[in-house]
Amino acid sequence: MSLMNWIDRRFPATKVFKEHLSEYYAPKNFNFWYFFGSLAIVMLVLQIVTGVLLAMNYKPDADSAFASVEYIMRDVWGGWFVRYMHSTGASFFFIVIYLHMFRGLLYGSYRNPRELIWIFGMVIYIAMMATAFFGYLLPWGQMSYWGAQVIVNLFDTIPWIGPPLAEWIRGDYVISDITLNRFYALHYLVPFLLAGLVFLHIVALHKVGSNNPDGVEIKRGPKGNRWDANAPADGVPFHPYYTVKDTLGMVVFLAAFFAVVFFMPEMGGYFLEQPNFEPANPLKTPEHIAPVWYFTPYYAILRAVPSFAGTQVWGVLAMFAALVVFFLLPWLDRSSVASMRYKGWMSKLALGIFALSFLALGYLGTRPPTPQLTLLAQVFTLLYFAYFFLMPFYSQLEKTKPVPERLSQ
Amino acid sequence: MMDMMRSQTTRKNYRALGGALATAMATALTVTVTVLTVFASPALAATESKMQMTPFKASLKDTPSMQRGAKLFVNYCLSCHSAKFMRYNRMAEDLHIPPALVEKHMLFAAEKIGDPMETTMPADAAEEWFGVAPPDLSLIARLRGPEWLYNYFLTFYLDDNSPSGWNNVVFENVAMPHAMHELQGLQRAVFKTETAADGTQREVLERFEITSPGKMSVAEYRQAAADLTNFLVYLGEPAKLVRIEYGIWVMLFMLVFAGLAYMLKKEYWRDVE
Repeated sequence: MSLMNWIDRRFPATKVFKEHLSEYYAPKNFNFWYFFGSLAIVMLVLQIVTGVLLAMNYKPDADSAFASVEYIMRDVWGGWFVRYMHSTGASFFFIVIYLHMFRGLLYGSYRNPRELIWIFGMVIYIAMMATAFFGYLLPWGQMSYWGAQVIVNLFDTIPWIGPPLAEWIRGDYVISDITLNRFYALHYLVPFLLAGLVFLHIVALHKVGSNNPDGVEIKRGPKGNRWDANAPADGVPFHPYYTVKDTLGMVVFLAAFFAVVFFMPEMGGYFLEQPNFEPANPLKTPEHIAPVWYFTPYYAILRAVPSFAGTQVWGVLAMFAALVVFFLLPWLDRSSVASMRYKGWMSKLALGIFALSFLALGYLGTRPPTPQLTLLAQVFTLLYFAYFFLMPFYSQLEKTKPVPERLSQ
Repeated sequence: MMDMMRSQTTRKNYRALGGALATAMATALTVTVTVLTVFASPALAATESKMQMTPFKASLKDTPSMQRGAKLFVNYCLSCHSAKFMRYNRMAEDLHIPPALVEKHMLFAAEKIGDPMETTMPADAAEEWFGVAPPDLSLIARLRGPEWLYNYFLTFYLDDNSPSGWNNVVFENVAMPHAMHELQGLQRAVFKTETAADGTQREVLERFEITSPGKMSVAEYRQAAADLTNFLVYLGEPAKLVRIEYGIWVMLFMLVFAGLAYMLKKEYWRDVE
């Protein structure tokens, strides 16, 4: 290994490998929910690789963008495969992230000492939403165009600075070629910022160590295992134990992913929306504009809040509040235990209602509004926020179960 | 001692309060779900069309059907509409049509077999004649769906009130005249008024009356509509011809890979208690 020695004297390759893989001790009781962190990295890499390949043939120009996507679909060798991986990948990335976040809620992964991991994660989530939003304009179909129009118009509702701000974002009075150009630039940039944020997310994680389904800190437990006398007794080296386990998770996940790519890339109009097969037409508004499914919970919240005092800004504020409130989670949870396994029935019920509300809002956001559906969206919006704002009360008052000293089997 | 007891009672009270709040949340949820199931469906069903669509499933396995569809497309559609994302030679290759035949019988609006399917009709003139430029049809099947297209081809009828003299049941007040009327013949539509349970009235299609038969029988024309729809589905996504088959191979590979990954994981984890 003289080559490795040569490198190690100049760059800490072996040291980093040991610290973060072969001698990084993760709790041995990770379950199903713990696949989604590594799967998120798989998706990020897949999106960047397929995205770069698409960029080689895509033209960010209002006159030729739509045609260049069809050129990729028809004339570029394997182009349809790369494009479907990218469009399906966007939706699967969000599925993975939503499950990853739910895991955090379930086992209290946001709690002390992991607040910064959670905050980096939320910034990643918001950056992902921004990337997805910029990317959705690029095919320049009807839904791309009008979806972007609706979202950018949200900024219009802010008093005083709203209209000039919206104009500044678009670079024009309506979504136009100029907007397409800058969205393309940003769509290419943000994923690399994302990669940097993921690095911070993992650095923070490896500083404090991974949480687990029991919410027990293995670093505070007894020391000494087969590999190291000072390592936590309930830990196993991430490599090879979790690298082989996550490989299995990845293969099963990719099987589902490729089933969609090859057999139903449109996913019934949820991954690729039908109106988007018509080129953008600024003079023709589609009957019903809905964002892609991963934005619809927030869209439903936006529409649920009525205008008040002559402005619609409240819906926009509620929508952003629905995101911002996640950041406060580490300080809203006042429970004496981390994991849902040991929390009381109130926390379990609250999380169940929250998950249901999120799904219901997601569904409602895809439907054209009617008075009944708007009423439903209002109820679910209240329940969504109730999960967070009642948490300091129910998490503190409920009776919890005793937490074991070490990981349970 | 008193203090402790008091704080315990307070805690108990708070716990009851928390319980009441949680129960209230659960009740609100139940009520909402009920409202959703009871009221949401009729509200969504309000935007129904004037007829029940005849079910249709496109088939990309039926190459002769797509070939006949291609012939209809070139003869009846391409004079006004383009399919600019499709090249003649790609179609010839995918649908197993000999290139010589394509060059001899299909290149009305193009010079070389590698050209895209453009139309000879100038777009601005078309807009003047029909009020709207005929859209490019490359992706029409992905936009409208095969069932809609199939029904669209079948439901043109004579209408004195429309500028072109034609109307269509699934696409009301369509600007386009019935391009294939010489095949289908001429038909009138008979509508009736239907009263729903809540008293609202709407017009629905009762039947068609053929006033002058075309070159094809009813069954032949239905087959022609199916052929054209199959071709348009192919036109919308040529990759669909191969992607299902590739997908099956990928699934088989994933299955083998999953088996190996499972065994590897099991082997490594055997000694972790």
